[in-house]
Amino acid sequence: MKRTGWWVARLVDRRVETDTSATLVLEVPDWPGHLPGQHVDLRLTAEDGYQAARSYSVSAPADGDRIEVTVQRVPDGEVSPYLLDGLSVGDRIEVRGPVGGYFVWRLTDPAPVLLVGGGSGVAPLMAMIRARREAGSRTPFRLIYSVRSERDIYFADELRRRVRDDQSLDVAYVYTREVPEGLSAQAHRIGVPDLNSHGWPAQLEPVNFVCGPTGFVEAVSDILVALGHEPRRIKTERFGPTG
Amino acid sequence: MGIVSPGFQGRRRPTGPNLPPGQYLTEDFPVLSAGPTPRVSLTDWEFVITTETGAELRWSWDEMWALPTETPTVDIHCVTHWSKLGTNWQGVSLDTLLDGVDTAADYALVHSYGGYTTNLPLDDLRDGQAWVVHQYDGADLPAEHGGPARLLVPHLYFWKSAKWVRGIRLGLTDEPGFWETAGYHDYGDPWREQRYQGD
Amino acid sequence: MTDQLRPDPGRMDYLDGNVLAGPLRDVFAVDLTTATGRCAACGQTGPMAALRVYSNAPGVVARCPNCEEVMLRLVRTPTSAWLDLRGATFMQIPMPAEPTMMPGPTAM
Repeated sequence: MKRTGWWVARLVDRRVETDTSATLVLEVPDWPGHLPGQHVDLRLTAEDGYQAARSYSVSAPADGDRIEVTVQRVPDGEVSPYLLDGLSVGDRIEVRGPVGGYFVWRLTDPAPVLLVGGGSGVAPLMAMIRARREAGSRTPFRLIYSVRSERDIYFADELRRRVRDDQSLDVAYVYTREVPEGLSAQAHRIGVPDLNSHGWPAQLEPVNFVCGPTGFVEAVSDILVALGHEPRRIKTERFGPTG
Repeated sequence: MGIVSPGFQGRRRPTGPNLPPGQYLTEDFPVLSAGPTPRVSLTDWEFVITTETGAELRWSWDEMWALPTETPTVDIHCVTHWSKLGTNWQGVSLDTLLDGVDTAADYALVHSYGGYTTNLPLDDLRDGQAWVVHQYDGADLPAEHGGPARLLVPHLYFWKSAKWVRGIRLGLTDEPGFWETAGYHDYGDPWREQRYQGD
Repeated sequence: MTDQLRPDPGRMDYLDGNVLAGPLRDVFAVDLTTATGRCAACGQTGPMAALRVYSNAPGVVARCPNCEEVMLRLVRTPTSAWLDLRGATFMQIPMPAEPTMMPGPTAM
């Protein structure tokens, strides 16, 4: 396996997820594979040699040489607008990774899993959901997904389908700005009742993966600790607004 | 040099004749931070100059701003390649603060609330080259930009202009600060592009 | 840190130690974010991936999540990587047993 340095990848497809995000499908010859939850760094080079790199979560298990990276647009960002608008199918881009061996779910771990995602923080959690299904694992999974409104849900159709077909996958949404019509809940930030109702009791010793903006991750991990979860069973990944 | 991405520019503007080498112009004011933003109440705030003999001169917030202030308009250059031109500040000149300080020191180690440090020759704090500033663009300096008060030494890379400044220790020997001990240049002149050690 | 200082809860501009994986991968043969480190300031032991990383800076600064002291700094210059670990008293790195170094009797 290539230990350091950058791989050359080619964009083979781009799928729109929401108004502000898309999934890039990249072909990386000799890709060594990755674990669900790992991330990659993508690097752009301008004609004069100027370079900019950013980290993105891989949102699906590896499919041979193909990897999927979900990118959220950062307004006025340096890299994300180019990835979403400038890069064309067939263009080449550099990839480093996979990196990060901590925020990963391992198939061999029998503990029930709680995934808590805020906004685009759902991307690495989706890689875990997909990897679990692909491997035929029956490990019970619950996802609590905090979004501004229904329009901001990534992978909405796929999540609906997976929940319908899979007894041991549950998904609960928390809407922070606008609740879809027909639901009685109020728009609110994620709180104790959400994690109490839709998470696992601490006695079951689940592993909790929390991913989102720093403030969100901070709030959720504090609540999980208060609910009795051991800090080492709370794995976090904070997303920064790094364009 | 990697694979060139056609049309990718990056967040840079063209360099100009009034910019040091390797710098690009920015209109906004990027926030860099190496740690949590400290908050210090103005009643607790103090600024201390410590000489090489251990003598201390202290100013409270009210004492500091009872001193005559200046309003420098200067260009600032960050080692991360952005420059911002014509920034407006208000503060007390280090000439005023060092006036009457009895010292044979050649070096200064600036220290901040939150633990940050940076070093420079004492001469670079004199002769109208450095200020302790508490106003930026006509308003109180925001905490993310170093408020309530920061050092301003615009002729050196901006990491020398310590945010949340708390004091200066004068010494006979050079003591490298936070970034200077981690590979950055000891002096940091943007016009000679002294970014890293050995530059 | 001094007692009159309070970190600002409104400004959460740090990331997790996970983001160190890429830069450190250039330097080490193992993934150091899965290592366990001990903070030299407060003694807390925990995964490097759980450090608070400030990367909007001239270098990468990783701080202890308990006491916020600096545990690791990494500066990349065009020709080298400067890694400062004085804030970590040790790092324990998960590693498989190395057969040639296994203790115990060996059949000759």
